[in-house]
Amino acid sequence: MSLQLDSQGRLRHLLTTEGLPRELLTRILDTAESFSGVIGKSVKKVPLLRGRTIMNLFFEPSTRTRTTFELAAQRLSADVLNIDVATSSASKGESLLDMLHNLEAMQCDAFVVRHADSGAAELIARHVRPGVAIINAGDGRHAHPTQALLDAFTIRSEKGPLEPLTIAIVGDILHSRVARSEVHAFLGLGAGEVRLIAPRTLLPRCFDGLPVKVFEDMDAGLEGADVVIMLRLQRERMSGALLPSESEFFKRYGLTEKRLERTSPQAIVMHPGPVNRGVELDPRVADGPRSVILRQVTNGIAVRMAVMSMVIGGHSDEAAIRNEEVSS
Amino acid sequence: MSRLRITGGTIVDPAANLEQPSDLYVADGIVLAHGDAPDGFSADQVIDATGKLVAPGLVDIAARLREPGSTSKGGIISESQAAAAGGITTLLQPPDTQPITDTPSVVELIHSRCNEAAATRILPVGALTKGLKGEQLSEMAALRDAGCPALADGGRPLHNTLVLQRALDYAATFAIPVMLTPEDPYLAAGGATHEGAIANRLGLAGQSTATETAALGRLIAIAEERGVAIHVGRLSSARGAEMVAAAQQRGLPITADTAIHQLYLTEHDCAGYNSLAHTCPPARTTGDREVLRQLVSTGVIGCLCSDHQPHDPDAKAGTFDACEPGISSLDTFLALTLRLVDEGLLTLKQAFERITSGPAKALGLNVGSLQMGSPADICIIDPKLAWQIKPETMHSRGKNTPFANWELTGAATTTIVDGRVVYRRPSD
Repeated sequence: MSLQLDSQGRLRHLLTTEGLPRELLTRILDTAESFSGVIGKSVKKVPLLRGRTIMNLFFEPSTRTRTTFELAAQRLSADVLNIDVATSSASKGESLLDMLHNLEAMQCDAFVVRHADSGAAELIARHVRPGVAIINAGDGRHAHPTQALLDAFTIRSEKGPLEPLTIAIVGDILHSRVARSEVHAFLGLGAGEVRLIAPRTLLPRCFDGLPVKVFEDMDAGLEGADVVIMLRLQRERMSGALLPSESEFFKRYGLTEKRLERTSPQAIVMHPGPVNRGVELDPRVADGPRSVILRQVTNGIAVRMAVMSMVIGGHSDEAAIRNEEVSS
Repeated sequence: MSRLRITGGTIVDPAANLEQPSDLYVADGIVLAHGDAPDGFSADQVIDATGKLVAPGLVDIAARLREPGSTSKGGIISESQAAAAGGITTLLQPPDTQPITDTPSVVELIHSRCNEAAATRILPVGALTKGLKGEQLSEMAALRDAGCPALADGGRPLHNTLVLQRALDYAATFAIPVMLTPEDPYLAAGGATHEGAIANRLGLAGQSTATETAALGRLIAIAEERGVAIHVGRLSSARGAEMVAAAQQRGLPITADTAIHQLYLTEHDCAGYNSLAHTCPPARTTGDREVLRQLVSTGVIGCLCSDHQPHDPDAKAGTFDACEPGISSLDTFLALTLRLVDEGLLTLKQAFERITSGPAKALGLNVGSLQMGSPADICIIDPKLAWQIKPETMHSRGKNTPFANWELTGAATTTIVDGRVVYRRPSD
């Protein structure tokens, strides 16, 4: 934890949601809330990071995530560079760190890192010079903290504080960086109950003492849930003999209108996107009144602005942002 | 005719059930006598071993030198010098060299390099199948005749069970010992660490214990069915070690080893993506480690090996998934074994048995003993010498150790191979 927090407990890097104190998680969400106001205005920019440079360093393709990080940086008035790197040419230690030091020499203030290997963001964070921040935009199957935070933000916006809520996460838990980060973020924010729902082939065998409830039966797991988060299913899971077929998965674990009846009447449906319609979600649910999927995308920008401003700008409270907003 | 007298030390030789103060006499590379000097013996050289242990040189049955093939990581000269400094006088190099040790010409190449420069005795292990591909049997008898004391899968377990059975049958025809890796290649695929709480927390793909036990089940079933002897290497799990114990109890000729680091590391050492603790097989749970220790103590696991795998810094500098597995361990093998004595797990004699006569017996090697007529491979050890593991001062070209800064006690002060001093600790 000391790697991502400084001696005063402030956020230096954002690598994982694991172990982040509740007040810090709350402060990130509160800051994001302030930025939501900015995004809704006709001039959607604040000058918080004017003159700062952020580099999106993506070792695996992800247009959606990269775009939201880019937009968030631009809304903070930072200069943004996008670097797409073939993982094969930079997965070896020497080339990965060589590349980092070369890019660092260009005087960047922060790197947003996406990598197929777990721990890549942490590795880079250990090697950057002081004052350069790393934001993990997804590493292997380990963590995707901004996705988890934007989900927490969305839940708080839609349902209020997380304490009384039962949140169900459904699908490929085993390979999901999102699910791992969500579990830590939701529990860190005091969520009432976190449930994981999946067939045994898509569940980790050990949870390291985390107080989550595991269900292999979708119907039982959905009973009374206030929030249902459906995870994206990678198609290669079929060929890897983890699942028999997409249709079988949808039949057992797909979210349909009928299944949704088992949840609490006001339950919301979420998905980190992009949705495989007819595999994870019935299109009528994906586009239905309970779905907040598009609001998640919008909230993603505010949350990423909050994280960037905290790790680079040192602005960690909403009052400072309001002042900036006024002066701009 | 060179004659050597080692005086004042305590001889520890498990093969001769010996642990007593005694002088040792060597002539022409052979142990001549203990105790009183043979009639007419006059030494060309006398080594004072007062306060020290005089033991057979260590026999390490799995140490990769990286030559031929990867000399940026190690080499016959550097690694044999590291072995000598660690008290090792015989080491077996697995066949996964580049090129693979699957023909007599590669064996000859290794021998010629060893004759030029090696500080210790290096025995290349031959490949069980051509190219270690698990498809075609290698020319086993020719490999034996060229100087391979054993055959192995080189850490690339055979996928095809029928080929495995035939390889064991064919090796048995010529009574060549076979060393096998108990790993199911399908269950192991992609798993860089033990499948457990730490792997889940770090988001790393894990290898289940069944990776080892399923493979062991297959190996033991074939060995039993065909009546052949096998040696299984680098055990990592409690259940796997218990399966070996059960097979031995049924009278099967099965021997086993584990790497010394398996008796110290657990999955927790991988926390923080510590690539130095990335090994294959992975370090497992504390419970696994404790059972391995117990079965080393009882002798079910009769051999310890270094499983030395030196790497250049780049090999360990990437992400955990991308980094190469293995520990540089020739420098630390002896002292980590002696630590088991300090911890009360093994007696001194048992400890030396696991690293001298145990491995020699398992593979039918004529080394690992100080009995009269044996090759004069000797390790003189200061059992009280305290030192700290510092990667920068390790003799191996590979500095990749998760044991950096550990305080250890006991070190080789003089190493002798065939009656020739190949290492002397500078301060000695």
